[in-house]
Amino acid sequence: MKRSIATWMHKRPQVRLAALLAAPTLWLVVAYLGALGALLVTAFFTIDSFTGNVIAKFNLGNFHDMLTDPAYRNVVLRTLGIAISVTLICAIFAIPMAFFMAKIAKPKNQKILVALVLTPLWASYLVKIYAWRTMLEPRTGVMDWILGPIGIHSPGFGGPAIIIGLSYLWLPYMILPIYAGLERLPNSLLDASGDLGARNFYTFRRVILPLIFPSLVAGSMFTFSLTLGDYITAQIIGGKLQMLGNVVYQNFSINLPFAATIATIPVAIMAIYLWLVRRTGALASL
Amino acid sequence: MRNKRLFSQIAAASAVALILAGCSSSSHNASKTTLPKVDMMKSLGTGEGQVNIVAWAGYVENGSNDPKVNWVRDFEKATGCKVNVKTGSTSDDMVALMKTGEYDVVSASGDASLRLIYGGDVAPVNTALVPNYANIFAGLKNQPWNSVDGVAYGIPHGRGANLLAYRTDIVKPAPTSWGAVFDPNSPYKGKITAYDSPIYIADAALYLMKTQPDLGIKYPYALDQKQFDAAVALLKVQKPLIGEYWSDALKHIASLKSGGTVLGTTWQYNINASKADHVPVEGFKPVEGSTGWSDTWMVSSKAKHPNCAYLWMDHIVSPKANAAVAEWFGEAPSNAKACDLTSDKNFCTTYHAADEAYWKDVYYWNTATQACLDGRTDVKCVPYSEWVKAWSSLRNA
Amino acid sequence: MSLMGIGLAFIYVPLSVVVINSFNSSRTFSWPPSRFTTEWWGKAISNTGVRKALSWSLAAGLSATFIALLLGTSLAFAVSRYNFFGKDIISLLVVLPISLPGVVTGIALSNAFNQQIGLSTGLLTIVIGHATFCIVVVYNNALARLRRMGTSLQEASMDLGANGITTFRLITLPNLASALFAGGLLAFGLSFDEIVVTTFTAGPGIQTLPIWIYNNLFRPSQAPIVNVVAATLVVVSVIPIYLSQRLSQDSTSGGRF
Repeated sequence: MKRSIATWMHKRPQVRLAALLAAPTLWLVVAYLGALGALLVTAFFTIDSFTGNVIAKFNLGNFHDMLTDPAYRNVVLRTLGIAISVTLICAIFAIPMAFFMAKIAKPKNQKILVALVLTPLWASYLVKIYAWRTMLEPRTGVMDWILGPIGIHSPGFGGPAIIIGLSYLWLPYMILPIYAGLERLPNSLLDASGDLGARNFYTFRRVILPLIFPSLVAGSMFTFSLTLGDYITAQIIGGKLQMLGNVVYQNFSINLPFAATIATIPVAIMAIYLWLVRRTGALASL
Repeated sequence: MRNKRLFSQIAAASAVALILAGCSSSSHNASKTTLPKVDMMKSLGTGEGQVNIVAWAGYVENGSNDPKVNWVRDFEKATGCKVNVKTGSTSDDMVALMKTGEYDVVSASGDASLRLIYGGDVAPVNTALVPNYANIFAGLKNQPWNSVDGVAYGIPHGRGANLLAYRTDIVKPAPTSWGAVFDPNSPYKGKITAYDSPIYIADAALYLMKTQPDLGIKYPYALDQKQFDAAVALLKVQKPLIGEYWSDALKHIASLKSGGTVLGTTWQYNINASKADHVPVEGFKPVEGSTGWSDTWMVSSKAKHPNCAYLWMDHIVSPKANAAVAEWFGEAPSNAKACDLTSDKNFCTTYHAADEAYWKDVYYWNTATQACLDGRTDVKCVPYSEWVKAWSSLRNA
Repeated sequence: MSLMGIGLAFIYVPLSVVVINSFNSSRTFSWPPSRFTTEWWGKAISNTGVRKALSWSLAAGLSATFIALLLGTSLAFAVSRYNFFGKDIISLLVVLPISLPGVVTGIALSNAFNQQIGLSTGLLTIVIGHATFCIVVVYNNALARLRRMGTSLQEASMDLGANGITTFRLITLPNLASALFAGGLLAFGLSFDEIVVTTFTAGPGIQTLPIWIYNNLFRPSQAPIVNVVAATLVVVSVIPIYLSQRLSQDSTSGGRF
């Protein structure tokens, strides 16, 4: 019986395909796209000013408020700036580290290094950010305590602190895909470039970078999108600054339609980002 | 060509998503603006064996955080009502949970209680069935956030005032007025803090109420557009002075200790914690008075365990439990007799629990609604959802 | 070499601050510690709330990982072995939950659960939320492995008379196992430390470990205990990382993204 079903299935690839696709597609479309769609629809609704209940009546008031108030343009630009900085910093740290791990370290040490890079992922997000509060506290923090004597001082709480904190949190998400990409490159390729007289930087720019570019993009998806939606780091070490996530979070509880309106911004940004990423062909290797 | 195909796929998928969304979103309830008629409990029966509670963290402690902190065990033993607690993280969480009808009692803050009352989610409370209600401070009974037209909708739990904190070694002379945090020429620029919530707009309104009588502000939670704009404008003046806004006590206390913050709004609990850490800091209620908070235990209109719910409300404001909660959470107890039972004998003095004169000019958090809460009918007031928008806008301007 | 050193220092200095602060006598982690104490460790051990939170986290993480393994693997099979209308959009759709900010996913799911379908939030809703963004890591790992494996082994097996199920059991699955393990571990890790989506999808009665930490970190009387928990997690995390290293010999680094 079992065998006959298997044979029957084997002869009908369409049925097998449908069986494979049904559950995941249903899940992603109903649970995820459905929820997302409902949220975007809510952006066009309004609330009863007395009870705070959502009223399902189409209007563009929220979009009007969002587009006419310069505060929201500021927070979008600020958040984008932070997301780009975090992505660049992570890339600058991650490329040499991943290169060392994959190509220079002895195979035995490779695993230890990977483990060392992965470990902080298990310490709670919040605890790490609070540790950065202790690190960055002006004058009395760890940073001034260690680096103060050589003239480097903490930037205090604000934009730079957010960038440092988020770069710290997302760095492993950038290192891992680049490491995986580099590991697949045959050593002979680098040797060949060196043998042909290319200097290290030239080899890096013309040989390695194009080959790991898809991995770099894959990593940037994490650093960029995680930064775009963050609101907790800004609360703890952001000083006076807020990010897009804070605005969404603030409005969510009392005025869902407006929160949904604000949420369309990161969705649009990520849609553009995905579109660009897709054009580079990196998505296929993601 | 590939792109074209993807487009058609995206179009198909979006259509599906929108259809799904459209189908489901039509179920939103129409809003209610009149006070729903909900019956009050007439007499107390025997307990149903359990009670489902929605409460703030720290209000219902059963020993799981600290084995010594437990006021649930006595209640369960005495009444046979097993306590199931859900910790609410925001007022909106609590409102949403109460709407499910699965819960019997809630510890509602002033920014949730009116919504629950007008939403028909909570019932008027028959205070005759709560013996300990008699000992609750008069200043907490029948207030705008826990009653409507003289009918009590809940049992007051405790209260606190938002004080002005300053570092005694740095801020000299000692401030006396909230003006210290709104002074554009303050020598402490960059080291002033404010509470990070839209409700802080009321603090500015309170200051204007006392210093600019022309605006005609009578109650900081009832602001017409002109008064509201003035309060927001004041906060805009204040913004360059601020070093950090705070919403979690830990960050605030750490900042007071390091000197990153030397002046700004605080809670009594934070002052006490800082002093225990030997930080030279003082907190007081300025001449203008202050904003504050007072939570209320309310019973669900759909309670499945109403008897246990009433028993719980009576227990939590009983002198012993009320004292324990107040000390654990850091607030003034609501029961006058609780003051004899606190482990710190000065507790009630520190928190001004029995000092009714002290609370006279404390304006407890309330939810601003379009119908002005100060009774004006000739104007519309700015509802709280607009407060939130204005706060977002201010913080990012 | 030196860059690696700087990078590791960047990673480990804050982590050591966490460990040192778990012995710091100040409740607000003031630096440098004036006095050291083991009080917090003692309090953490007697704290039953944290153990309960840990068990919620494990339950949520394991369930979400299980669903992600099922859905991610079957999707990877479909995409790697077949051509069909909508393939492009499926591969885009699976990336979407992790590439859209958590706060958007969070409020979308919360809105759907509370307002639209009236599903009361609890463990189930957390699992749904987590599984949604965990599918992609399993999918990516499985897809990469399936592409590298090609179909020749399966064809050989079928030619030798094995049916589809036998081939899957004896050929495909063993070859796929390490990739699935790596993907599953990563999915579990993502779920275990997730806070944003969890904040919106957890019923307030359920505290996963990150939510417990969030609630306690903001109460100074409890805050130092949180450092103890974090320090313990860092130490305990060596076990799954070691396992993943052992089991995914030929696979890359605990998984590809």
